[in-house]
Amino acid sequence: MIEARGLTKKYGDKVAVDDLSFTVQPGIVTGFLGPNGAGKSTTMRMILGLDAPTSGTVTVNGKPYRDHVAPLHEVGALLEARSIHSGRSAFNHLLSLAQTSGIPRSRVEEVIDAVGLREVAKRRAGGFSLGMGQRLGIATALLGDPRTVILDEPVNGLDPEGIRWIRSMLKGLAAEGRTVFVSSHLMSEMALTAEHLIVVGKGKLIADTGMDEFIAGASRNVVRVRSLDNLALAALLVAPDVTVKPADDDALEVSGLTTDQIGLTAGGAQITLLELAAQQASLEEAFMDMTHDAVEYRPTTTTGAER
Amino acid sequence: MTAVLEAPTNQRVTQVRVFRSEWTKLRSLRSTVWSLLAALVLVIGLSILVPAVRVAHWPPPDPNDARNFDPVATSLGGTFLAQMAIGVLGVLLMTGEYATGMIRATFAAVPRRLPVLWGKLGVFGATALVLITPAVLVAFFIGQSILASKHLDTSFGKPDVARAVFGSALYVVAVGLLGLGLGALLRNTAAAISTLFGALFVLPLIVRLLPSDWQSHVSRYLPLNAGSAVTNLHNDAGSMAPWSGFALFCAYVAVVIGFAAWRLLRQDT
Repeated sequence: MIEARGLTKKYGDKVAVDDLSFTVQPGIVTGFLGPNGAGKSTTMRMILGLDAPTSGTVTVNGKPYRDHVAPLHEVGALLEARSIHSGRSAFNHLLSLAQTSGIPRSRVEEVIDAVGLREVAKRRAGGFSLGMGQRLGIATALLGDPRTVILDEPVNGLDPEGIRWIRSMLKGLAAEGRTVFVSSHLMSEMALTAEHLIVVGKGKLIADTGMDEFIAGASRNVVRVRSLDNLALAALLVAPDVTVKPADDDALEVSGLTTDQIGLTAGGAQITLLELAAQQASLEEAFMDMTHDAVEYRPTTTTGAER
Repeated sequence: MTAVLEAPTNQRVTQVRVFRSEWTKLRSLRSTVWSLLAALVLVIGLSILVPAVRVAHWPPPDPNDARNFDPVATSLGGTFLAQMAIGVLGVLLMTGEYATGMIRATFAAVPRRLPVLWGKLGVFGATALVLITPAVLVAFFIGQSILASKHLDTSFGKPDVARAVFGSALYVVAVGLLGLGLGALLRNTAAAISTLFGALFVLPLIVRLLPSDWQSHVSRYLPLNAGSAVTNLHNDAGSMAPWSGFALFCAYVAVVIGFAAWRLLRQDT
C-alpha cells in the first residue's frame, strides 16, 4: 500500500507536484496516468525517497521508504530513464543490487530467466536495446520479491509480445496480493491493465477512481438515437440535465439519459425507434476531456510551423 | 489492514552486504580493472626506467644533484603517475553512477545512502592498498638492485626507508579516497577531476606567486606537500614532519568526505 498525503515538490518557483493525496491499494493494478510533464516520475522518485518532498509525506506499507530495514523486499521499482551502468553486464548489475540485501545468486538467475535475458546476461548493458533495457529494469524490480511494485512507463520500447508479457505479469503480481503502481501516458495501455486510476495533470490530482467509473463519468457518454419522429422525441426527452443534439446523419445524440430511459419514453409516446445505442467514450477520450486544461506543454500552431 | 508481514530478516541491508555489493561493482567494470593494472605497470615500469637512467649517467655533473640523491624516490617515480590513475578511478567510481543513472538503482536498494559511501571508500581503499603496497615494495627492490651497480642503493633496514616506501603506498591510496570523496561531493566527472588535480598540482604553482615569506608559511600545508612528506627519505626544513604531514592530508580527505556525506543525505539524486 502506498499513501501520499499533501505531497508537494517545488523546483524553485516551479511546482512539479502540487498537494497530491492518494492511496494505492494492494491486490489490484493501479494506473498512474497523466500527460508528459504532469509530475508522475517526480512522484515516483519521492515514493522511493530519491527526491525529498517540499512538503507532505508519502509512505509505503506504513513507513517512509527510507525507514524500511529490507527495502528491496518492500518495493521493487523500474525508474524512468535507465538506471544501469552501461559498462556492467546485466548479471553483475543485478548481482550487485541483490547483494545489498543478501539476496542469493540463485534469485538473480531466476529473474534473468523470468524476463528472458538469459542469452545476453553476460553482455555489457550499454549495448542493450531499449526493450532489453526495460526487461533488465523489470528484473531489477522483481529481485527482492517485493510486496509493492512501482513501474514508470514499463511498456516504453517493448515490442507487442513484450507488452503482452508485461500486462499479464502486472495482473499476476496484483492477483498475488501485491500493490502494483504503473505510470503511463498511454491511455489505451492503461485501459487494458489497470483496475484503478490515479490521474494527474500539471502536478495536481484530477481523478482517483475505478477504471469503469472513470470512463462512465466522462462527459462524452452519449446515447445515439434514430427514430421516425426525431423532433417529437427530442421534445419529450429534454430536461434540465439532459441535452439533445442533432447528429450528422438524421440521428440525435442524447446525454444525461440511459438507453433504457430513452427506450421507455419513446415506447410510451408510440415513437418507432430505428436505432438506440450507448456510445461509450474510450478511456482516451475521457482522459482528453479531463486533462484538457492540465496539459503543460501544449503545441501551438506557431511553434509547430517552425519545424 | 491485514496482519503486516514483517520483512524477513534475511533481506536486511547491512554494511557488510553493501561492502560485498560494492566489491561486485568494482570488479565488474573493465575501466576499473584497467586503471588498477595501469597503476601497477607504471609503478613497476618506472622503477626500472628511472634508476637505469641515473646509473647510466652517474656521477651527475652537478655535485648538489649527487648530494641530494634519494634512492627511495628514484625507485618509486611511478607513484607520481599511479596517484593520477588511482585518483581518477576514485572519482569515476562515484561519478560513473551519477552519469549513467545507476545511482538511482543503488539508492533505491540502499535508501539510507551513507552505507554506499562507506562501502565504496572501504572496498576501493582496501583494494588499492592491497595492490599498491606490494607493487611499491617490488619497485623498491628492483630499483635498489639496479642502483647497486654504482653503490647508490639503500636497504630496507636503514632509518626512514621503510617509512618512505610504505608511506608512498599510503599516499597513493589516500589520493584515491580524495578522488572518491570529490566525486561524491561534486557528482560530475569533469568537475571532480579538475578539482582533484587543481588542489594537488595547481595550488603549489599559485602559492609560488605569493611573497616568499608567505610561501614558507603556506607551502608546507598544501595537500601535495603535506601528503608527500611521508614519501620522502629526507625532508627539508620547510616541510612538515612525515607523519604529521600525512595526517594533515588525511584530514583534508576526511573534510571532503564529510561534506560529501552531508550532501548525499540532504540532496535529491
